[in-house]
Amino acid sequence: MSAASSRPIATGRSAAGMPTGRLAVWWIIASEIVIFGGLLGSYIMHRLAHDAFAEQAAHTNTWIGAFNTFVLLTSSLSAVLTHKAADHGDGKKAARFLYYTMGGGLVFLVVKAFEWTTEIQAGYTLASNTFWSFYYTAAGIHAAHVLAGVIIMGFVAHTAKRQLEMQRVELIGLYWHFVDVVWIFLFPLLYIAK
Amino acid sequence: MADHAAHDHAHEAHGEHTHHPDYVKIWGVLLVLLVISVAGPFLEIQVITLITAFGIAIVKAYLVVKNFMHINVAAKLVTYLVLTMLLFMLLFFAGTAPDVMESHGSNWEKPDWIAGTAHPPAAGHEESH
Repeated sequence: MSAASSRPIATGRSAAGMPTGRLAVWWIIASEIVIFGGLLGSYIMHRLAHDAFAEQAAHTNTWIGAFNTFVLLTSSLSAVLTHKAADHGDGKKAARFLYYTMGGGLVFLVVKAFEWTTEIQAGYTLASNTFWSFYYTAAGIHAAHVLAGVIIMGFVAHTAKRQLEMQRVELIGLYWHFVDVVWIFLFPLLYIAK
Repeated sequence: MADHAAHDHAHEAHGEHTHHPDYVKIWGVLLVLLVISVAGPFLEIQVITLITAFGIAIVKAYLVVKNFMHINVAAKLVTYLVLTMLLFMLLFFAGTAPDVMESHGSNWEKPDWIAGTAHPPAAGHEESH
């Protein structure tokens, strides 16, 4: 068996007009749209139907939410600069930008941990009422996606640094931008609409 | 000419031909929009808050999807896929919103304790009937 034939088909085949790996990531994103969309849609229904949601939302910290939005937008910038570096065949530069992106993800998670600790100590827990159930569920699932992205980026950076599997750089970037887009909608819903 | 087009298509298909705009400039626009969305509620006008919060969220998401995810240069299949999922979301919302947002309909009425205007029945209350 030749070396080329042992490579995963996602790296070379493009039966749908694009590399199969990229198509696969878009499929993941499509399924995620329904997961987060259902969650956010449910939240919007309850928010519009119950004024009590606004009273509870008043206790979230807008500045922390805004800071985390800044962090994720900036990490998206470094993610797309990673893609650009990979397109130019510069694996070392791509890996460096990936590490910056991972740093952004980690800062986001640390800030989130600090924020949740403060809120739980103030008595706002998952079981307090429907608003806080939505708050912790939506932000928690999103944070799990951030953590998953950071871990995957570690593997991608490891290979990109050695000029290997460079197509993965764009794929993890797509996923990361989607995680950013989800937060772009979570931020006004949970922190602005009070 | 045809060969050239086929060559370009092959490059696009393998992700070797992505146009890279000025990403720092786009990031700057995103940050300006973030500042506006945070500042909007300080005016304490509900319509302005809605526009600066959700209108700007849609613009920010569009900028990220178009410029960072390059959906405009991806195969049309991707756009159709995303639009289909957004349509599913709307169907879900339209199908379930009346039950959540209304207290009664033509053939049903929401119990007070589900509507939030009364306490839920005591545990074991229903079993006793």
